[in-house]
Amino acid sequence: MTLLESITGSLRRISFLFRKEVLAILKDPAIRVILIVPIVIQSLVFGYAATYDLNHVRYAVLNESRGAASTNLLARLEGSKVFVRAATLRNSSDIARAIDNGEALLVLHFAPDFDAKLASTGSAPVQLILDGRNSTTANMAAGHLSTLIGQFNASLPNAVRPPVNIEIRAWFNPNLESRWNIVPALIASLSMIQTLLLAALSVAREREQGTFDQLLVTPLRPMEILIGKASPAITIGLVQASLVFCVALFWFRIPFQGSLVVLYVGLVAFTTACVGIGLSISALSLNMHQAMVYAFVLIMPLILLSGLVTPVGNMPTALQILTYADPLRFAIDLVRRVYLEGAGWQDVGMDFVPMLVIAAITLPVAAWLFRNRLT
Amino acid sequence: MTTTALTVDAKDVVKRFKGAVGGPALNGITLSIPKGQLTALVGPDGAGKTTLIRLIAGLMKPDSGSLYTLGIDVAAKPQEVQDLISYMPQRFGLYEDLSVMENLNLYADLHGVPMDERRERFDRMLSMTDMAAFTNRLAGNLSGGMKQKLGLACTLVRSPRLLLLDEPTVGVDPLSRRELWRIVQQLVEEEGLPVIVSTAYMDEAERCKHVIVMTEGQVLAQGTPDELCRPAKGRCFVAYPREGELARTLQARLIDDKRHVLDAVPESGAVRFIQAGGTEPRDLEGILLGARCEATPSRLEDGVMTLLRERATQDGHEDAVETKNSSVQLDTKDPIELIKVRDLVRQFGSFTAVASTSFSVRRGEIFGLLGPNGAGKTTTFRMLCGLLPATSGFLEVAGFNLRTARAPARARIGYVSQKFALYGNLSVTENLTFFGGAYGLGRQELYAQVERALDEFQLREKKDERSGELPGGFKQRLAMATALIHRPEILFLDEPTSGIDPLARRAFWRRITTLAAEGTTIIVTTHFMEEAEYCDRIVIQDAGRLLAIGTPHEVRSQASGAANMNEAFLEIIKKARESRQTGFNAVEA
Repeated sequence: MTLLESITGSLRRISFLFRKEVLAILKDPAIRVILIVPIVIQSLVFGYAATYDLNHVRYAVLNESRGAASTNLLARLEGSKVFVRAATLRNSSDIARAIDNGEALLVLHFAPDFDAKLASTGSAPVQLILDGRNSTTANMAAGHLSTLIGQFNASLPNAVRPPVNIEIRAWFNPNLESRWNIVPALIASLSMIQTLLLAALSVAREREQGTFDQLLVTPLRPMEILIGKASPAITIGLVQASLVFCVALFWFRIPFQGSLVVLYVGLVAFTTACVGIGLSISALSLNMHQAMVYAFVLIMPLILLSGLVTPVGNMPTALQILTYADPLRFAIDLVRRVYLEGAGWQDVGMDFVPMLVIAAITLPVAAWLFRNRLT
Repeated sequence: MTTTALTVDAKDVVKRFKGAVGGPALNGITLSIPKGQLTALVGPDGAGKTTLIRLIAGLMKPDSGSLYTLGIDVAAKPQEVQDLISYMPQRFGLYEDLSVMENLNLYADLHGVPMDERRERFDRMLSMTDMAAFTNRLAGNLSGGMKQKLGLACTLVRSPRLLLLDEPTVGVDPLSRRELWRIVQQLVEEEGLPVIVSTAYMDEAERCKHVIVMTEGQVLAQGTPDELCRPAKGRCFVAYPREGELARTLQARLIDDKRHVLDAVPESGAVRFIQAGGTEPRDLEGILLGARCEATPSRLEDGVMTLLRERATQDGHEDAVETKNSSVQLDTKDPIELIKVRDLVRQFGSFTAVASTSFSVRRGEIFGLLGPNGAGKTTTFRMLCGLLPATSGFLEVAGFNLRTARAPARARIGYVSQKFALYGNLSVTENLTFFGGAYGLGRQELYAQVERALDEFQLREKKDERSGELPGGFKQRLAMATALIHRPEILFLDEPTSGIDPLARRAFWRRITTLAAEGTTIIVTTHFMEEAEYCDRIVIQDAGRLLAIGTPHEVRSQASGAANMNEAFLEIIKKARESRQTGFNAVEA
C-alpha cells in the first residue's frame, strides 16, 4: 500500500466517524436544544447581570443647616442621575436605622453650622456615613460623591483653581462600561463549558454503552478516532463562540475593532485545547457519571484562574504560575484584545503558545488512553 | 373465599403498553397457580413473561380482568401484596460499591427486618449461598454467578410468602446455575415457599412441578413437565451422521426442511430432531441420506418446541432464516491455521486472568470457549480481538501478529459483543453505513453490502428506525449484520445467545453454521453447553487455565461417563478444582 493510499483510506474512515458523531449529536433532541438555547440565554444574562457599574446609589440626607450652599450641593446630587434620594431624615438618631435596614447606602450629614461656617471661613466639613458591608460598592459610591463635591467646590465664587487638573480619556471603552470588558470574555468562557463537557462525555458515553469496544475492533487507529471525535466537538465549540459573538455585536452593540481571521484562528486553538482536556477526561473515565464529575471539578478553577472576574495580576504568585495551564486565561486575553483594541498577530502571538502546548499534550494523551485504559 | 387456596388466580388479564406496536403485552391470561409449589414460566422473548410477573408483584395494574395474588386483589391493594412477596427482577439492583454484608444490611433496612431476626436470617442466607467467606468483598468484585446469588440472598432477607424470580440464570455459568437451583429447591422443600420463575432454560423448567408456556401474551399450554412432553411423543428421533459428515451439517439439512421437521439440534455427536405431524419415513429419506435413525423419548424441550412451532405455522409467520440451499458438505479440514495462540498470559496486577494458554483455530472452524464466570474466557476473547494487550505470549490472527500489526488484523475480524453495542439513536442503515465506512469499504461496495445486509438479515422493513428501539430479535440480527458488513474472515461472538429464547437460538445457529460452511471462522463463547455441540472444537477454561481442548466428542470422553456436554463440563471443572485443592494441601503439608 502506498503512502497516498493509506492517507486517503485514513481520511475516509475519519470522515465516516465525523459524520456518525455529528448525526449522533443532532439526532438527540435534548442535546440539540442544549447546544443553542442556554448559551444565548447565558450570554444575555451575564451581559446584563455581571456589571460593576454603579447606576443607582440610594442615599439619605440629614440636613440640619438648610442654607443655600447645602441645598445647592444636594441639587447637584439630584441632578446626577446616579444618586437617588431614599429618605430625608429628621435627627441624628435616624441615621443608624437608615443604614442598618439597607434603605440607604450612604447618609450625607450637614451640621447646623455648615452654611454659616462656609460663608465665614470658606471651608466646612460634611459628614459621609457609608454602609461598609459591601466595600466595593461603598468605595465606588464615595468616589462618585468626591467627584461631585470637587465640581461643587470649583463652582464656589471664591474658589481657588486647583494646580493640577485631571482629564480622563478611557481608550477602547470610552465610557468605562464593564459590560464591554465582560461580554467579549464570554465568547471564550461560555463556549468552553459546553465544549469541554461534550468532549468529556463523548468517549465515556461510548464506554458506558459498550459501543467503544465495537469502535476499537474496527481498523480505526487511535489517532483517527481522536480526529474523528475532536473535530465535531471543535466545530460545535466554534458555533457556540460565534453565537456569543453575535450577541455581543448585534445585541449589546459593542463595536468589533479587530480582524475576524485573528479572532477565529485564536478560537480554534483555544477550542482544540479544551477538546483535548475534555477527551483526556473522557478517555480516563469509566462512565458518564465520572466524566461529568471530573469535568465540573475542572471547569470552576479554569474560570476562576482565567482572569474573567478578577485580574490575574492580583493573584498570589503561585496561583499566577498555575494560570499558565489555563487555556481560558489566554483565550480571554486574546479575544478581549482583538475585539476591543483590534490587536493583530504580533500583539496576541504569545497567547497561542500556552494554548497550543496544552492541546499538544492532552490530545496525544487522550489517544493513548483510548486503547490503554485498563478496564 | 376460594382464592385464598391459590397463590395466583388470574382471569382474562389484559395489559397493553402505550405506544407499543403490535398486540397487547398480555392478551387474556387466565390461570391458577396452587400453593406451595415451584412454577416455571417459559416462552419466546416478548411472550409477556416479565409483564405477568410484574403484574403479580403489583408493580403494574392490568388494563382489564381480575388478578389475585395470595388471595389479595393486586390492583386494589398493591402495597399489601408487596409486603408479602419477594421479587428479583432480571437485573437486580446490587450496590456495587458496598460489601456483601452491607448490601444485605441495606436490604434488611429497606424491608424493616428487626435487628434480632437479622443475625439468624443472614447466617442462613450466607450458608445457603456459600458466601460466608466473602462478606467483606465488594459486590462489584463478585463474579456474575455470585452476584446473582447475592441478589437472591438480598431478595430473601425477610421470609416472603411468595418468591418471584425473573430469569435469574441469564448469563450465569452451569456451575453457578446448579447452585442457584439448589437454593431455590431447598426453599421450596424446607419452607414450603411457593416460587414462580421465568426461564429460557428448559432443563430448569423440567425441575418445576408446574410449567406454563406463554406466547404472544397468551397461555399456550400448562401442566406438569410430563404432560407437556406429550405433544412430541413418538415424534422424537436421533439421527447418526454417516462417516465423515459433521453432525451440524446433518442438523442444518433437517432444520431447513420446515415442512417435515419441527426442530433439530446436535447432541452428543448425533442429531436430535422432532418430526412434524403426518410425516412418513420416506419424506425424510432425501435429507437423512442414509443416516441411521432411532426413536427416542420426548423431553420437555421437545414438547415446548412442538407447541411453539405448530402455533407459529398456524399464524403463518415463521422466523424465516434464509435457507441457502445447504448442499451436502463433507467435513473437509482446511489446514490453514487462522488463529495461533502460544503461551498467552494476561495479568492484572498480581492476579493472573489467563495463564499460559496455547491453541490454534483452523479456517472455517467453529471454535467454542467455555468456562464458568471469571474463568478467563472474556479476557482471552478480548485479547484475540485486539481489545486488550497480552502480558506475554504470541498471538497471531489472520496472519498478523497482534503485537505489531493490530489495525490490519482488525480489518479481517468481526465482533459481536454480549450486550447490544451499536449506536441506539442512529437508524439501522446509518449504523451499517458507519461501520462499513469504518472498515474502509469503498463507496459502491459499501452501498452494495448495506443492501445485501438489509436483505440477508431481514432488516429492510425497519431500515430507518432508531436501532435502540428495535425489538430484541432485530437488534441481534443488526449486531450480526454490522459485524459481517466487511465480510470478515473471522467472526467473534461473545455469549450471543444469552437471554434469547430457544426458537431464536435455532435461527441464530443456523446462520452460524451457514457462515462456517462458507469458510468464515467462528469463535464463540456460550453458557449453553448443548450449543457446544455445534462447534468443531471447544476449549474449557477455569481460573485462567486451559482444562480441556478438542472436539465435543473428545471432551466428553475426557469426562468419562458424561451423558451430555453439561455433565462433562461440570465433571471436568470439578476434577480440576479438586486436584488444585490437593495440590495446595500437598504444598502446605
